[in-house]
Amino acid sequence: MLSAQSFGGPGKMKEYHYTGAVENRFSPYAFNGGTVLAVAGEDFAIVASDTRLSEGYSIHSRDSPKCYKLTDTTVIGCSGFHGDCLTLTKIIDARLKMYKHSNNKTMTSGAIAAMLSTILYGRRFFPYYVYNIIGGLDEEGKGAVYSFDPVGSYQRDTYKAGGSASAMLQPLLDNQIGFKNMEGVQHVPLTQEKAVQLVKDVFISAAERDVYTGDALRICIVTKEGINEQTIPLRKD
Amino acid sequence: MALEDICNFKDERVQQLFPFPALETDSHDLELKRLKTSQTHCGTPQRVFVPPLRRVDPSEPPLTAQRPFPLSHGTTTLGFVFQGGVIAAADTRASAGGLVACPAVHKITPIHSHLVVTSSGSGADCMLWERILTREIRLYELRHKRRLSIRGSAKLLSLMLHPFKGTDVCVALTLCGWDKEGGGTGLAHNLDNSSSVTDASSSAPSSGPRLVYVCSDGARLQGDVISVGSGSPYAYGVLDGGLSWSLSKEEAVSLAREAVFRATHRDAYSGNNVDLFHVTAQGWSQRPREDLREEYYRDMERRSNRGRRRKKDRYDGE
Repeated sequence: MLSAQSFGGPGKMKEYHYTGAVENRFSPYAFNGGTVLAVAGEDFAIVASDTRLSEGYSIHSRDSPKCYKLTDTTVIGCSGFHGDCLTLTKIIDARLKMYKHSNNKTMTSGAIAAMLSTILYGRRFFPYYVYNIIGGLDEEGKGAVYSFDPVGSYQRDTYKAGGSASAMLQPLLDNQIGFKNMEGVQHVPLTQEKAVQLVKDVFISAAERDVYTGDALRICIVTKEGINEQTIPLRKD
Repeated sequence: MALEDICNFKDERVQQLFPFPALETDSHDLELKRLKTSQTHCGTPQRVFVPPLRRVDPSEPPLTAQRPFPLSHGTTTLGFVFQGGVIAAADTRASAGGLVACPAVHKITPIHSHLVVTSSGSGADCMLWERILTREIRLYELRHKRRLSIRGSAKLLSLMLHPFKGTDVCVALTLCGWDKEGGGTGLAHNLDNSSSVTDASSSAPSSGPRLVYVCSDGARLQGDVISVGSGSPYAYGVLDGGLSWSLSKEEAVSLAREAVFRATHRDAYSGNNVDLFHVTAQGWSQRPREDLREEYYRDMERRSNRGRRRKKDRYDGE
C-alpha cells in the first residue's frame, strides 16, 4: 500500500525520485559557427573566413565576415562566440591605438600575437570563447601566421585552420601545403596565386560538409603593398 | 554590464593574497588599471601576466562558467640525471579533446643558460607560467647579483602557483638544470663537491645536475628521474630498465629517445616528434627535433626480422 512515508512531496516518490544534483544553469556562451583559415607565404599572408553567422538551427546573417583588419600588415580571424569576437577585436584595436600613442610606431605582427596571448590569459577563469588566427607580415616582410587557443597558448605556423570546420580543413592543408604523408614529392614553395586557389577550393569543400560554413568566402591577402580583399560566393544551403 | 549582473561576476571584494596586491577582476576596462606602474614591491607588470583570481566564498553557489571547448592536454615528458649532466626529452603533440591541436609544439623551453623546463598540462598555462618564471629569475639575478639555484627557482614557482590551487590551472613543470658552484649563504656546504657525487639526495652538494618537479597542486619534488604526463608510465618502464649513473652521453640520449618513442607508441595523446635537451656545466644544448615516424618504420623492420629469424610469430607487428 502506498503510504504517506513513500512520498517526499507532491510528485516525488522517495524510492524513485532523483535526488542528486541538478544543473539548470545559464550558459554565458553561444556557438556562432564559422571557419577561419590563414596561410603564410614567402612575402604574403592570406587570411580567409566564411561569412555565415549561425546559432543552433538558424542563420543570423549571411554577411558577417570573421576577418578584421588590425594594421596595414596584420589581419586577425576570429571564430567561435560572436559576442566575444566583437569585444576582443575592440580591445585589440584600443590596445593598438594606445601602443601607437605611447611608442609612436605601429605594432608588429609578432608583438600583436604576444599581446593577444596575455589578453586571453587575463581571462583564464572566464575565457573568451574565440579561436583566433593572426596573419600578416613580420618585420622582414615574410608571411607569418600565429594561431591561438581560447586561453592564449600560441605558436607561429605556416598555415592553420580554426573554427567549426577546422578538423576537416587542417589535414587537407597538412597534405597540400606541408606535403605531409606524401612520398617522393618535390617541395615547391607556395606562390600567391596557387595559395588563393587552394583556399577557395578548401572552403568550397568545407561548405559541402560543415553546416556552419557557407554563404560567402572573404579572402584578405596581405602583401607589402597593402591588404587586398575578395569575396567569393559559397553554397547557401 | 548587463551580462555581468546576470552572471553575478561583479566582485567588490579585493582579496590580498601574498605580495600580489592588485588581483582585481577584469571588467571590460582594457586592463588599464593593471598597466599603471605604482606599486613598489612585487613589480607591476606581473599583473599583466597573472590572471585575476576571484576568491569564491564557500557559501555561495559556484558561478564558474562551463567551458564549451577543451583545452590542450596530454603529453610525455621526462628528465633524468647522470654523470654527464641532465637529459630532458619530450614529445611534441598538443591534443585538445580528441583532436591534435598542434603536432609541433615546443614542450621544452630554455629559461636561462643552465636551466630548461619541460612542461606538461594545459598548454596556455605552461606557456604563461614559464614566462613568469623567466621574468622572476631574471629579476632575482639583477637584484641579488647571483643566479637563483634550481631548487630556489622551483620553490619560487611553487609559491607563485599556490594561490591558484583549487582552480583549474593545470601546470606540471620539471626544472632540469645545472647549479653553478658557490653562492650558498649560511647554508651547510658539503665539502665533497660535484666531482664525487654518486647520489643526488636533498642534502647533496650545492652544485651539479638537478631535477625538480613542480606542479599546480602544490607538489615540489626533487629526484633523479622524473617523467610527467599521460605517457609517463610507459616512459618510466623503459627508463627504469636502462638507467644508471654511469651512462655515456650517447647511451643517455638513446635511452631518452627510446622512452619517448615507446610512450608515444602506446599513448594516444603523445606523438609526432621528440625534442631532446642536454644540460651540462657549460649550459644547455639541443638535439635537432626528430620525427618518430621513421623510427617506427625502422622498429617494425627490426621486429619482422626478429620474428623471421626465430621462425615464430610472437609479435603481432603493431
